[in-house]
Formats: sequence, structure tokens, C-alpha cells
Amino acid sequence: MKENMPRRDFLKASLCGTGLTLAAGMGGFANQSSAETEKVAADPSGSCHLNIWIRVSQDNAVTVLVPKSEMGQGVHTALAMIVADELEAAWQDIRVEAAPTRDEYCDPVFETQLTGGSTSVRHMFSPLRKAAAAAREMLLAAAAEQWKVPAAQCTASAGSVKHVPTGRVLKYGELCTRAAGIQVPQDPPLKNNAAFKIIGNSTPRLDVPAKVNGTAVFGMDVSFPGMVYAAVVKPPRFGAELVSYEDATTSLGTGVHDVVRVGESVAVCADSFHSALEARESLKAKWDGGTQTDLDTSGLEKLLSEGLSQPGVTARNDGDVTAALESASRVITARYELPYLAHAALEPKNCTAFVQKDRCDVWCSTQYQSAVVGVAVKETGLSKDHVYVHTTFVGGGFGGRTEVEVERDAIRVSKAIGKPVKLIWTREDDFAHDFYRPGSCCLVRGGLDAVGNLVAWSHKVAVQSIVKRVFPGMIQLGIDPSAVEGIFDTEYAIRNFRVEQVLVDTPVPVGFWRSVGHSGNAFAVESFVDELAHAAGKDPLEFRLNMLKKRPGAYRVLQRVAEMAGWNGPLSRGTGRGLARHYSFGTHVALVAEVSVDRQTGMIKVERFVCVVDCGPVVNPDNVVAQMEGAILMGLSAALKEKVEFAQGGVQSLNYDDYELLTMSRAPRIEVYIMQSGEKQGGIGEPGLPPVAPALANAVFAATGARFRRLPISPADVRQALGAS
Amino acid sequence: MIALRINGKGYQADVPPDTPLLWVLRDCLNLTGTKFGCGKGICGSCTVLVDGEASRSCRTPAGSVQGKEVTTIEGVPEDHPIKKAWIEEQVPQCGYCQPGQILQAVELLAKDPHPSEEKIVKAMDGVLCRCGTYSRIKRAIIRASSEVKGK
Repeated sequence: MKENMPRRDFLKASLCGTGLTLAAGMGGFANQSSAETEKVAADPSGSCHLNIWIRVSQDNAVTVLVPKSEMGQGVHTALAMIVADELEAAWQDIRVEAAPTRDEYCDPVFETQLTGGSTSVRHMFSPLRKAAAAAREMLLAAAAEQWKVPAAQCTASAGSVKHVPTGRVLKYGELCTRAAGIQVPQDPPLKNNAAFKIIGNSTPRLDVPAKVNGTAVFGMDVSFPGMVYAAVVKPPRFGAELVSYEDATTSLGTGVHDVVRVGESVAVCADSFHSALEARESLKAKWDGGTQTDLDTSGLEKLLSEGLSQPGVTARNDGDVTAALESASRVITARYELPYLAHAALEPKNCTAFVQKDRCDVWCSTQYQSAVVGVAVKETGLSKDHVYVHTTFVGGGFGGRTEVEVERDAIRVSKAIGKPVKLIWTREDDFAHDFYRPGSCCLVRGGLDAVGNLVAWSHKVAVQSIVKRVFPGMIQLGIDPSAVEGIFDTEYAIRNFRVEQVLVDTPVPVGFWRSVGHSGNAFAVESFVDELAHAAGKDPLEFRLNMLKKRPGAYRVLQRVAEMAGWNGPLSRGTGRGLARHYSFGTHVALVAEVSVDRQTGMIKVERFVCVVDCGPVVNPDNVVAQMEGAILMGLSAALKEKVEFAQGGVQSLNYDDYELLTMSRAPRIEVYIMQSGEKQGGIGEPGLPPVAPALANAVFAATGARFRRLPISPADVRQALGAS
Repeated sequence: MIALRINGKGYQADVPPDTPLLWVLRDCLNLTGTKFGCGKGICGSCTVLVDGEASRSCRTPAGSVQGKEVTTIEGVPEDHPIKKAWIEEQVPQCGYCQPGQILQAVELLAKDPHPSEEKIVKAMDGVLCRCGTYSRIKRAIIRASSEVKGK
């Protein structure tokens, strides 16, 4: 793990009421926007910043300022656990608050404020421990000073400092004012990991009670007096230009104030969102043109498919694949196809913005605060010190809230009308203007020798690049790492191995979707390994283990999941077991799926998933289990149901009736085992997802003998395959 | 002006009677626990109880619930077995769909205090969760049901 500290002197102490956080985060409307902030505002009595991450108040509350967005992945709790443990705080005294958006709160590795890539715990673990250790040392020093005893005679535990020889005790709340004035230690001693009391123990999440009683504030729930609601009409096709619209507010109904052009969209502002929505229907907006007005699903599939016949950029080339394939006893070829996917988070995108002469406030459920600041600076001309981003809970991120289009539009509208504006996308807007997981095609060839060992693997992937638009600097020598991730960095030992990548341009906007390139690439790789094993007449488990002898992390999870699932155990007729493993975001995950298939209806019934995860040192085990459960269901939803349909140059899947998600009736039993084998710390938000679809498809093959190489696998596909076989 | 009874309290709202109950709750009465998800009654995030029946408030005209008792997430007691079980099982992830899930589950247990697993799935199948909390929802309902007296 990178031991980077934030670039600024984050350990700088600040006295009560003058702290950086107060200056940054407690402006005008904070009270109405966040329940946590309200508590702080109601408690002005001596809360002291020991550094930018930690505030201790006289009632002993310890507030951790969390720079990462809570979108269900449990990051508020995990980061607070790290602080609490190192600080020797009492867990019941811990509170969390979303950190303001300032350089000091940037991710130490990304150097920007962003929640993504399953990195929050990995990147913040060391910096937060160090900050908490420094705060603890300051509290110890404050107590020693107060008692006039050597600090070495004092110990900290459960939110108090004790003078060991005399047994005297002072609570952190009694020490915080004095502690805030103590010189900040720059190299505080860290606890021995063996002494962790909180880290590593399943801890109820701090955000759960508010999410159960309805008080949790999402972007959608921000409001304050004087605010107007905005609905937008957006172009029906990619690249279409707005040519005309009705802008006479009087004819648009009561309560409608303003109509504002925002780029190629039109926003209508009203007293209520319902009025804005109704008025939207009367805007009579007309667009012209579009990037490709006849674009549809089959046209996109053709583009990707044609990509496979174009010359690619070689991302990896070990040995001599061409020669090895020529001399192989058997060559297997397969083509895998993956659809475009939508994020489909339950909270439609929305943003509340208020642009004033000297400041811009933005309340949003974002994953990417720095990008919101960037767009605010660009739209308002204010310097970034005058932009205040207030991060709320995120009602589902999955990568989709790294985009800031809705924030940009809300800022533009507020700037135009001079009022606070809450801009809400409808579900249809959200589906039609997402940044989709790109569709892709893989053509894979594998060579087996006479005894069924893999001797060559050639893999060509045609996919649209995400980073070309988002982080173009990531493309080096023509290789987009997220296009080939999960292929070129395989754990399998393959002597002759070639990976080629073709980046296909289409008008469809694409973006990060839980596990990014891994989400589709693992399907091709782990399905193909299975195909090779069957072609070689070998057990898919043994075939894999044989290629992982030098990769103990991957080997161990695979072996363990097979044991847990009873890999070689008996199965009833019509039932099958499928195996898949994948390494992504620093974490190994192996899965066994058990399915039964109804040959009449084509319905795949997933009976259970067994999951073994090794993500190295764990902070909150129950949350790791929850993330595996969630990733398995999201992966299954994609594998069985999800596909964005395109027509007439735009998106045709506009709501949950034509982009169905997995429901409870198709959710399998899930068993998760967390393996602790001394691996480095890995991420947990994403790595559970990539192996889901191949485990499923491999299980369907085991149950039926039919191989599915195209997602999603619908009942009609199954009926057709089984009727034909 | 329409008169509403929500969580045992009376409210007046100056909206046309065809305004969806969802927006009256959220934007007029500041009861923001009830969530906007799809606007078409598909996802279930906006579920409330109307005289004890789980209803999609995005498709319920506010005028149609006059004289009826509406229950939202804010009106489900904190010690309700469902809310307690939701915390015990650590159900929510992002949490956005959970008020709808909870109201749907409250209706289920009110009508059938000890539902079979099959009945739980049938009752809950129309409420979407993108984070994949279904197995914990099921466990929480079973836990809550074991706390409800009588059979």
C-alpha cells in the first residue's frame, strides 16, 4: 500500500471554532442540508479540531470527517473504525460527517476527491491511522500537562486517558480544548495491529439507523425555503441540437417561473417538481440531427463485431502464440458478446445548486466532488475557494455518480435565474442520459496439446474506451488499461499469450460501471477457461489449479470455494455447478454457482452462490459479506436480465419495465467466506462482480450442455439453445 | 385545498387533487423519507400504506386518499419489529429503496404475522433494490415475524 500522506499538512492543529472544516463547510444553508451538520450546529459548545479529520467535543463526541462518499459500500463506518481504533476512542462516541471539498481532503493517491476503484479503505487506511495516532498523542499530552505528570505514565483507552500510578481518569471531552493547543506530533507511534479492538470486528454501520427511520438525507431530499424545482427536456438522440421550444412561461401553467436553455436541453422551473414536470410536456422542444440518427442496438453490435476484424494494438505478447496455435493438437475458438448496461441506481440523478455573486453552493449525491468543483468554477467564473460542495448520501453510485452533467445543469439554471434550484431527472432522463457500461466483443482462441494442457491463448477485445473521454492520460502506447483489464493481467500461467485491443468509437457515451472492464472481460476469460477444460476432458477446477500453481492467492480461494460448495458432490438431474474466479482491485474472489434449468420455460433457477473472498486485512467483516452479496446480485441481474436497447439514434430502455432488474424471487442463497491469508489489502466494492456471469454460464453448461457466450441469458435464449441441441 | 391524514396527524395541502401523493408528501409536507424512484409504480421506492394497503404513492392522486389514513416511513414506530430487524440484520446499503421495502414488509406482517418464505418473496418481489439486499430483507422479515406474538 502506498503510504502517501495528503500533500497539505493535514496534521495541522486548529483551535476551536477556527478550524478549516468550519470555514469550509458551515456556510449559509448547511443546516437544512444535513442532519449531521444540524447536530453540530446545535452544539456550539467547544468542539475542537485535533486535525482536519478529527473533531472532539466537550460531550466526548468524536466526529470523523469522511472524505469519501457513502453510497452503501459502508465507507463512513469503515473509515471511522480505523480512526476510532487508533485514537482509542469509545465506539459509541463516534460520529461521522461528510468532509467538505477542499484540497486537504483529496485522495492521497488520486490527488482528487473521488470515491471509486474500490480504493477508499486502501488509500485512507494509513493516513487516517496516522492522524488518529497524532490526535491520541495530543490527548495524552494534554492529560499529562493537566496532571503535571510524565506522559509516559498515561494510557488512552475507550475515550479516556488514565494516569496509571494514581488511577485518575479524564475523558476526551474534558481534554479536547487543551489538546487542541498541543504541538502536533509529526511521527506519532502507531498501535500494534495485534492490539486492534475495532478493526476486524463486524461493526453495525453508522448510516443504517437513519436509512431505516427515513431521516437519511440523499441529494433528492435537500430543500430549503425559496428553492425552485427544475425539470429538463433533453435531446432524444446523441448529438442532436435544440432548434426551438416554447418559452412563454405564462402558457405553461400556474407556478411556473422560468424556462432556461441549458446547452441542448431546456429546463423549466416551478414551485413544485410536479408542476415543472407537467410544464415540461408543453415546451414543445424540437431537435435536429444527431451523431448517427439511425443508430440502433444491432448497428452497435455490428460496429463492435467489425472491430474484431480490424488490426488491434497488442497489450501483451508472451512467447509465440501463432506458432503455438499452429502446432497445437486442438484449437478452440469462441466469441463472447456483452451488452451496454445502465447504472439504474434507485435515486434518479439530481442536484441542488445556488449560485450567488460571491459563492456557489452545490448539494449532491456525487462520487466525484472535485469534478463538481471544476464544473462550478467553469460555469460561474468563481474561484474554487468560493465553491462549496455538500456531499449527501448517494442513493446508489456504481460509478454512475462520477459524472457531473446534472450538477452542471443545476448550476447553470441557478446562475441564470439567481435562485436556489433543485434539478431532478426523471427515471426516463436517467436511463436515456446515462454513461453506459460499454458493450464489447471478444474473440478468443486457445490451443491444447495432446494431453490437454493449455499451450496458447490469443485474446482480442473490441470495446469502446471509457478513459479516452474521462482520463485520456491513462491511454499509453494506444493501450487503454480498462479495456483489457482482467485479460492482460491474468493470473493463469500461459506460456504463449497474446492480448489485442481494438477501441471502437460510437456515439454512445460510456462510463465507469461497477468493476469497469473486468465486468465484461472476466466473462470471456472464465467462460473460455471452462470451455478449454471441457474440451481437454478435464475437471474445470483441476484445470484452473494447474495453471495457478505460482499464484497462491488465486489458488487458495479456488480450492476453498470448491471445498465449501462440495464441488465433486452429487447433484440432482437438471442441476449444474459452475466455477469462476477473478482477481481485480487487489482482491481475489472465487465463486461456485448452482443452477437448475427448466427446459420447458427456459428459466434458469439459481439455487445458490458460494463465495470465497480474500481482500487481505479486513476492517468490517460483515460489510465485506454485504458487498459480496450485493455484487453477486448485481452481477446476476446483469447476466440474466440487463441490456440497454438503442433505437433511432438514442436510448430505448427508459424505465424499469424495459430495463428489468433482478427481483427477490430470483435471488439465490449466498454463502460468503472471508479468507485471511496474509494477502495485501484489496478493495471490496467491485471485485465480487466479475466472476458472477461466468460462474452462472458455466453452471448452465454443466446443467444442460448448452454454452452461452452472449449476455444476458434470457429464457428465450435457453429455450432456443436447448431446442436446437 | 385537500385534507390529508398522515401518520395520525391532519394536514392541508394546496395542490390540485390529481397531484401524486408522493410529491405532496415530499415537497409540501417535507416527509422526504418516501422516495421518488421511477414515477410509474414499478420500483416500489415510493411505497406508503393507505388504510393499511401498500400503495405506490407516485401513482396515487393525493385527492384519492382524503378521508383515509396514510402511513409513511416516518410513521412506522421505531420499535416496530420490522424496523428493529432491519437494523439487526444490517439490511440497507445505499438505503434509497429501503423506506419502500420497509412499508411493503410492514403491510405483509400486518396481514400475515408469520409468512412462509414463499409468501415473503411474493409480497416483496415488486420492490427493487439495486444494491442487492434481498437476502437480508428476507432474513429481517423472518426475524421480525418471530417477534410478532401469536400464530
